[in-house]
Amino acid sequence: MTILEVTNITKQFGGLTANKDITMNVEEGKITAVIGPNGAGKTTFFNMITGVYQPTSGDIKLDGKSLVGLRPDEVAKKGISRTFQNIRLFGEMSVIENVLVGMHTHLKTNLIGILLNLPFTKKEEASAEKEAYRLLEYFELDHLLNEKANNLSYGAQRKLEIARALATKPKLILLDEPAAGMNPKETKELTEVIKRMGQEFNVTVLLIEHDMKLVMEISEHIVVLDHGEKIAEGNPEQIRTNPKVIEAYLGSAAVH
Amino acid sequence: MKGKLATFFSNKQLQVILYSLFIIVTSAALYFSQKSVVSFLLLLSSLLILHFMNLKNVTKWIVALGLLFILIPFASSGGPAFQSYMEVATMVGIYISMALGLNIVVGMAGLLDLGFVAFFAVGAYSYSIFATSQASNFMPFGNFPLGGESFWGFLIVGGIMAAIAGVLIGVPVLRVKGDYLAIVTLGFGEIIRIIFNNGDRPINITNGAMGIASVTPPEIFGMTLSFPNQFYFVTLLILMFTIFAVLRMEHSKLGRSWKAVRENEIAAQAMGIPLVKTKLLAFALGASFSGIMGVVFAAKQAFIDPTSFTLMESFTILVMVVLGGMGSVPGVILGAAVVTILNLQVLTELTNWLNQLSLSGVLTIPDALSPAKMQKFIFGALLVAFALYRPKGLIPAKNKIFDVKKLKDHRPDHLNNDTKENSIPIDKVQV
Repeated sequence: MTILEVTNITKQFGGLTANKDITMNVEEGKITAVIGPNGAGKTTFFNMITGVYQPTSGDIKLDGKSLVGLRPDEVAKKGISRTFQNIRLFGEMSVIENVLVGMHTHLKTNLIGILLNLPFTKKEEASAEKEAYRLLEYFELDHLLNEKANNLSYGAQRKLEIARALATKPKLILLDEPAAGMNPKETKELTEVIKRMGQEFNVTVLLIEHDMKLVMEISEHIVVLDHGEKIAEGNPEQIRTNPKVIEAYLGSAAVH
Repeated sequence: MKGKLATFFSNKQLQVILYSLFIIVTSAALYFSQKSVVSFLLLLSSLLILHFMNLKNVTKWIVALGLLFILIPFASSGGPAFQSYMEVATMVGIYISMALGLNIVVGMAGLLDLGFVAFFAVGAYSYSIFATSQASNFMPFGNFPLGGESFWGFLIVGGIMAAIAGVLIGVPVLRVKGDYLAIVTLGFGEIIRIIFNNGDRPINITNGAMGIASVTPPEIFGMTLSFPNQFYFVTLLILMFTIFAVLRMEHSKLGRSWKAVRENEIAAQAMGIPLVKTKLLAFALGASFSGIMGVVFAAKQAFIDPTSFTLMESFTILVMVVLGGMGSVPGVILGAAVVTILNLQVLTELTNWLNQLSLSGVLTIPDALSPAKMQKFIFGALLVAFALYRPKGLIPAKNKIFDVKKLKDHRPDHLNNDTKENSIPIDKVQV
């Protein structure tokens, strides 16, 4: 079943066309990757899906409902969560607080509940804290819970971003270069986590990545962008052998 | 030597004994002396020492309330300076409450607001206009001035009016960020003051630059409150409410969303936090604390005019927040207390002392150098010193420490059984 349906979206910044007439579908439960050389328009594409930019034309549908015109926070409420290429954690807040912010939309308490510390607010808060702690355990960050997010190592910060994104209980999670800056060992761990989390959290994964090994290993469907246009689409094997892709991006290294 | 001293002072029983001794000595000194600013300040500083003591939170609160409600008013009632002590303490309370309000906006939500005194003015004017005959100039019905009992209702009205003003200013102002926001709020702060200054034509609403005089004093159970020692208790009660409210908010969904917006707007939005709504809420709630204290201020002074709400006041409140530690509730309380006492007590006392010296011919100090006139200079110097040596304030903001044991308690089965139903206990609570 298709969860995300992107039809003919175009984004122009003045005279520059960042994305041109892209059409693609994301299948529920599968891991889809968007790849392409630097400046191919991948992040712009993500920003349009999450509402940071509005497409110049075209439509984006989540579960058949259009997302065009919604603000980023409204898109998040519809069930799309994301991480960022350049890490955007809440640096001065503690690790567990970062995850708790991710649960924001699921906490139903109001100002009166907060001021009077009503029983349902307390209960809700306590179970949110436990839930957040479980997420940290899943990403092996539980021993760092009271640490400031800024003080974490680079790899841990990347993991925390994913944990925070999962805390919003999304249907679709967008990972923007999750392995950037990680060492081989960390990348390997991350690959495992991404593979597992799709099923365990019942979430569909859409990712941008430059690490070809990771992409080829985990994705079931790959979309290739170049100069803002979609040049190819298919499973890893098809992409690996597609001459257009080899020319534009992968070079001879991938062909062996 | 240092280590020995440290263990000596970390002994809990010893701490308590020394602390009690300190309180007894200072309060006795205060009670039996004619006027002793030093012992008054030392007694107040016992609250600060309490903050750092190794006791349970509940105990600390009980001791603090006992000190504030019983010991301080009683100990200062001994001499003729009773009312002046209470006056200072009341002003400290008013400023702490305002600084806590500004702390929500600047410290937690990260929105630099340089026109904060405007909301104080809105609160003060909303009571003053209706508690004098001023309101009969434009109200087609009703009998003005309203009685002193209306004060209690106006505490809420003043808060709401200030919150509305906060939202009205916030809607246009929050389109800009950072430095621009500071400049625009500064402008709006001045605009509100000028509106009050010119609000006497064509219909006389605010009585313009003349100000509003003889505001009806509050009344409760037939008793009229007009002395500082009476206002002390009113202020203290409101202040306690403010502190509780601010602490609750800080460690809730609301406080986290403010901090998230401060730390990273784009990420906060991606987590489902609506930016405009969250910022407006910070503006409105921060303003409402200021508005409530505006009502108290108007009733206490019995006279208000636009000169009480100048830019300098906004800066003073901001200095309190920065000095104490942005985003830190205990820090802001300390910052506000230090700045207010410095302004009202220390500087005036120093001036008096120097005047006496020059009268007796020991030392002559030109009028232009008198400490009371150096307020701005001292603030500036303090800010520079803090920026250099303690950029995070007197008591820097701390994150809440979560207890791992509590988080592990009563956990449902292991993670691997994490089906979708299991992973949403939050929603279950709702049903």
